[in-house]
Amino acid sequence: MIRISKRDGISAVLSVAIRIIAIIAALLLCLIITYLFTGRDPMRVISEMVGGSFGTTKRLWEFLQRTMILSCIAVGLAPAFKMHFWNVGAEGQMLMGGLGALILMKFCWQLPSIPLLVLMAIVAIVFGALWGMVPGFFKAKWNANETLFTLMMNYIAIQIVLYFCTIWEGTLGTVKIGIMNGKSGEPAYHKGWIGEMFTGNFNDKDYMWLVLIVLVVVVAMWAYLRYTKQGYEISVVGDSVNTAKYAGIRVNKVYVRSMAISGGVCGFAGFLAVSAVSRTLTESTADGRGFTAIIIAWLAHTNPYLMVVFAALYTFMELAGKQMSSAFNLNDYYAKILTGIVLFFVLGCEFFTNYKVLLAKKQKGGAAK
Amino acid sequence: MKRMLALLLCLMLVASLFVGCDGKPTPANNGGETAAPADNGNEAPADNGGEAPAANSDIKVGVVLVGDENEGYTLAHINGLKEAAKNLGLSETDNFVWKYAIGEDETCKTAIEDCIDQGCTLVFTNSYGHQDYAQLAAEQNPDVQIVAMTGDKAKASGLPNFKNAFTEIYEARFAAGVVAGMKIAELEADGKLTDKNYNADGTVKVGYVGAYPYAEVVSGYTAFFLGIKSVYENVSMEVLYTSSWFDITAEKAAAEQMIGDGCVIIGQHADSTGAPSACEAALNAGTTVFSVGYNIDMLTAAPNAALTSPTNEWGVYYTYAIGQAMKGEEIATNWAEGFDQDAVALTPLGPNVAAGTQEKVDEVIAALKAGTLHPFAQDSFTVGGATVEEAFATDTDGDWTNDADNAMFDGYYHESYFQSAPSFSLRIDGITELN
Repeated sequence: MIRISKRDGISAVLSVAIRIIAIIAALLLCLIITYLFTGRDPMRVISEMVGGSFGTTKRLWEFLQRTMILSCIAVGLAPAFKMHFWNVGAEGQMLMGGLGALILMKFCWQLPSIPLLVLMAIVAIVFGALWGMVPGFFKAKWNANETLFTLMMNYIAIQIVLYFCTIWEGTLGTVKIGIMNGKSGEPAYHKGWIGEMFTGNFNDKDYMWLVLIVLVVVVAMWAYLRYTKQGYEISVVGDSVNTAKYAGIRVNKVYVRSMAISGGVCGFAGFLAVSAVSRTLTESTADGRGFTAIIIAWLAHTNPYLMVVFAALYTFMELAGKQMSSAFNLNDYYAKILTGIVLFFVLGCEFFTNYKVLLAKKQKGGAAK
Repeated sequence: MKRMLALLLCLMLVASLFVGCDGKPTPANNGGETAAPADNGNEAPADNGGEAPAANSDIKVGVVLVGDENEGYTLAHINGLKEAAKNLGLSETDNFVWKYAIGEDETCKTAIEDCIDQGCTLVFTNSYGHQDYAQLAAEQNPDVQIVAMTGDKAKASGLPNFKNAFTEIYEARFAAGVVAGMKIAELEADGKLTDKNYNADGTVKVGYVGAYPYAEVVSGYTAFFLGIKSVYENVSMEVLYTSSWFDITAEKAAAEQMIGDGCVIIGQHADSTGAPSACEAALNAGTTVFSVGYNIDMLTAAPNAALTSPTNEWGVYYTYAIGQAMKGEEIATNWAEGFDQDAVALTPLGPNVAAGTQEKVDEVIAALKAGTLHPFAQDSFTVGGATVEEAFATDTDGDWTNDADNAMFDGYYHESYFQSAPSFSLRIDGITELN
């Protein structure tokens, strides 16, 4: 019969192998389902899936752009998750960061480009950090439940953003600000935009700066968590609050500080989304990515590098599904179904990394009672 | 442990069932907004990739849609595009790149550019909110014709490859108003109206569920109101806004509020079946109230209460625009046509319209086609008790108030004359905005 036992530990090779098997199994299931419902040649399905992310230069950039924004949010969650502080407020922290960046785009565009961008980034980080610190402070001071608190902060952020969308709306009644500094011929044209690196004419093909900046953030977060004293404190707090207290770590301070960092990085992601990608702010600028990033961060076990990998996988599935629904004239929900299948398998394989499944041979003489 | 495994297996089974259910393109999932069932047949031809009917042109048309076939507004566009494909002998799969559920944000521009990448030389976006991104894409891709449907910025942008189009839906609304007016006249003649249905000044109450206080909506309800007045003078109208193009609950609530207030007709400029179903429920419960819908035939949602719905026939424009592109000819920057091109229509009249309505409507439509009847005739309405001598159609400085292009000449307001999108935004006497 089948017997399940908890694993004591798992080798790196096996853990990677299990995940790869899960992903391949998920993709196979996607192919089978697509075949069953549409009757299309599986090879064509595969080529559309891959083509959705890598088919053209523009799509490749789109893939990189989405992967990087998602990675940046997930990396922002890393310090919080590592200390077992369940920050589900990335959505709101990102929106507040985006709002900070947009305010400068709107009112301080006269500044020279580089100082303006740096200032936008700083303000975005501060806004995000403040949004993260509030629940951190309440947790430290009154042990308020951080999951609910950060979740509720999202809705406040969404309403604040909607408020600004209303007062700054670009077209009457649309509650949309419209593209900021996008009118050619005006002095503010393209001010506060992170633009194209190589051709410099802002036609959005190229998100090179975005990719480079996020990669720096990823490496920095990895180094911070691994090599700094603060990073060590975070992991001690995450393992056991009492141990941390015994070791003389001021747990409350760590909560607030780590949440400031967590929120700050998420706010920074908001700055990137506004300045490098959308050039505007809506209540859907975060578009649920603050929540998707939770899954990414959790799957990656707070390892920033793995976050990029999982973010890339998620983005790949998202774009593959979109491309298939467009190419095969399927409903847009199809993309979501496929993404759901992959997540189901990838999350499901966590079971196999934590538990062993043994096909125990029946022993004669009834020894196994 | 065995239990856990069993549980896990059960969960997987359930999950796979759900996947099974969702995988099929399901017909309308949003309440009464039932797509014409025949439409699901359209999935069929797409199935046999290689065997699609041969196209007589290699034109590629990109279509960026705000929703999908489950949503009435987008469905009307999809049907229009499919009709155009049929008229022009194009293949729905080979000559078109379809992008569904594209938001009104930068994903719109990405979608347009992806269409261009795939060889599209003509791209349509179907939502007003797509317009800014369409304009940006047009600026950066001068070789591609980009049409922002229902938009209003093409002319001002000065871009030769950026276009707008809208139907003259106000004509259909005027004709729908005639249907409603005849119903009111009949109700009064039959003694079906009670004191509650009259205002203090003796006018009969009409209600209207609007989406937003935009010119598009104002122009629509004014045309509807003037249509009623053209056959039944003694009316007044109240308007409730829902702040959404599609909100079945809010539209229903707004209709219920106005029914409770005594309105005998509920018109609408919003996309759901909320208002007609509210009317149907009230009518079945004994209240005298009838509904005039929008976009789709409301008889399925309100078999007794629905009188008719004004609709857009987008196929007319799509056939024109794609045809021009195929011939290599210029597409009009601001296209707007009404009954004379059959770009607007009324859905089949309901069973409860007044006797003789069809004949009257035919007469009105013929007059609109001939250009002898103008919905916004100068002598048919007043603002603040005075006849309007000057009414601007264009907003040049972006403050939401029209300040240029006087459209009031030759005895009527020239709607959709300076730009394809509706511009009539005067609040005329007899209409009250409640919120």
